[in-house]
Amino acid sequence: MRRHVSKEDVEHIAWLAHIELTEEEKEVFTEQFNRILEFFRKIDEVDTEGVPPTYHVLDLVNVSRGDEVGETLPKELVLKNAPRREGNFFKSPRIV
Amino acid sequence: MPRLYRLSASEVVDKVKRGEITAEEYIISIIERARRVDNRVNAYITATFNEALNKAREVDEKIKRGEKVGGLAGVAIAVKDNICTFGIRTTCASRMLENFIPPYDATVVERIKREDAVIIGKTNMDEFAMGSTTETSYFGPTRNPWDLSKVPGGSSGGSAAALIAGEATLALGSDTGGSIRCPASYCSIIGLKPTYGLVSRYGLIAYANSLEQIGPMARSTVDCALLLSFIGGYDPKDSTSVNISLGDYVGSLTDDLRGLKVGVIKEFFGEGVEEPVKKNVWRSIHLLEGLGAAYEEISLPSLDYALAAYYIIAMSEASSNLARYDGLRYGFRVEHDDADWAKIYARNRSIGFGAEVKRRIILGTYALSAGYYEQYYLKALKVRTVIRREFEAALKRFDVLLGPTMPLPPFNLGEKIQDPLTLYMCDVLTVPANLIGYPSISIPCGFEGNLPIGLQLIGRPFNEDMLLKVSFTLEENTSYIRREPSLQ
Repeated sequence: MRRHVSKEDVEHIAWLAHIELTEEEKEVFTEQFNRILEFFRKIDEVDTEGVPPTYHVLDLVNVSRGDEVGETLPKELVLKNAPRREGNFFKSPRIV
Repeated sequence: MPRLYRLSASEVVDKVKRGEITAEEYIISIIERARRVDNRVNAYITATFNEALNKAREVDEKIKRGEKVGGLAGVAIAVKDNICTFGIRTTCASRMLENFIPPYDATVVERIKREDAVIIGKTNMDEFAMGSTTETSYFGPTRNPWDLSKVPGGSSGGSAAALIAGEATLALGSDTGGSIRCPASYCSIIGLKPTYGLVSRYGLIAYANSLEQIGPMARSTVDCALLLSFIGGYDPKDSTSVNISLGDYVGSLTDDLRGLKVGVIKEFFGEGVEEPVKKNVWRSIHLLEGLGAAYEEISLPSLDYALAAYYIIAMSEASSNLARYDGLRYGFRVEHDDADWAKIYARNRSIGFGAEVKRRIILGTYALSAGYYEQYYLKALKVRTVIRREFEAALKRFDVLLGPTMPLPPFNLGEKIQDPLTLYMCDVLTVPANLIGYPSISIPCGFEGNLPIGLQLIGRPFNEDMLLKVSFTLEENTSYIRREPSLQ
């Protein structure tokens, strides 16, 4: 079987996706990903020369609505699910 | 006392409106049933029995006062836990959203409430709808009411199990790659994935937004049609909602199949599809033939590539859709968050998400990353076009395409969950309909021992009435859907 990703690759991609992996997860995922990616490459067999991609099944383009003020949620409701808040603000972890 | 919890939705509406029964006594019957069996089935993540009782009494009051009530008056509906319900926690079966209480209703929820339906609970599912067994739920697996050692299918496993166990009369599910049809097949109920754009996705927590639809699940075709007629239709809040007039889904149900042209998809009976499944589905094909339909076998060779293309697209979309879970505005946040932002963000996601969700986010990130985008994501989208063209051509010749829903009967809990790729293979027959956006239904068509088998129909876009008509006819001419599990 071809090797598509190494343990270091998995670590790097997980970092891009903002997911921290344990050593064990890295090992297991690397093995699983290689088998899954090998399976994915099956689509290489399809001749897609000149075939356009289907991003979306509907022929919709640029659905827009009028720029009118509608109903908005009350502040309390918006903040209700915030794990940390301060006054009417979401409290974020340190950015810098 | 008749078992009120087994009434159909149309019977409930009729009896409640005519005052033959009260919505309250019927809802009590459902609650008692759920209390008796759900410790074993685990169909619900959150039961809303008190709210349900209040709503039922409200319906009874309205009727007593002679006021007009809605088309789902008093009917107990189970709602999949990835569909937002105002004030009722909506978890997506994930630790990430364990305490999330939506500040608004999904459009489908708003619509069933408007019809005086009673929400009886939020149903169990695979975490973020990623799975086909309901085993990846943070709240423990749902068990199949036909055999508690088997999986109920997934990801809408709680909705299907609740129906067949008598814990709800109607249910809402969502289907990204088979998540309505798979559990419908495994629990012996009817489940419909509508045409992409027919039902609003506003308030459906996104997994793979170009593939998924909310759809009705029921114990009869009439009930399935009834629910679809209330949840379908244009919604300005969903930019992919299509503005077309709905069919008369209930009114057009007849059992006249003369002239119906059925295309039997050869690839759906290929390697990996087990004998008992083939046997039962073929028996139904011959039954349809006896009822005036004509069938012909057809080959759709690109189907060999559907599963790989589906998973690449679904994972890519998932990696983007699930990037919003940062534990800032809502969702899981670690206790000690004095480290820097990136670290806390990653830690929230590492603890908040289960293994399958992480796998899909990471693989999707890979498939979208520079250097691999063309090889995986873009290539998969082109394969999607090839598949779509084949189906388009086939549905010019046939009214419906037919095959099994699942390649094998329900299997044991724990049997496949350790090996993701083997589990993905179970979706091989259901994912094509999502890739192309066409409507598809799963209908009970037999049993292997006491384990249900389902058949699947795929129809032309917005031709749900045709699928329902065939389903109705099969239901009239067989008894599978009227069978009940022995669960006491």
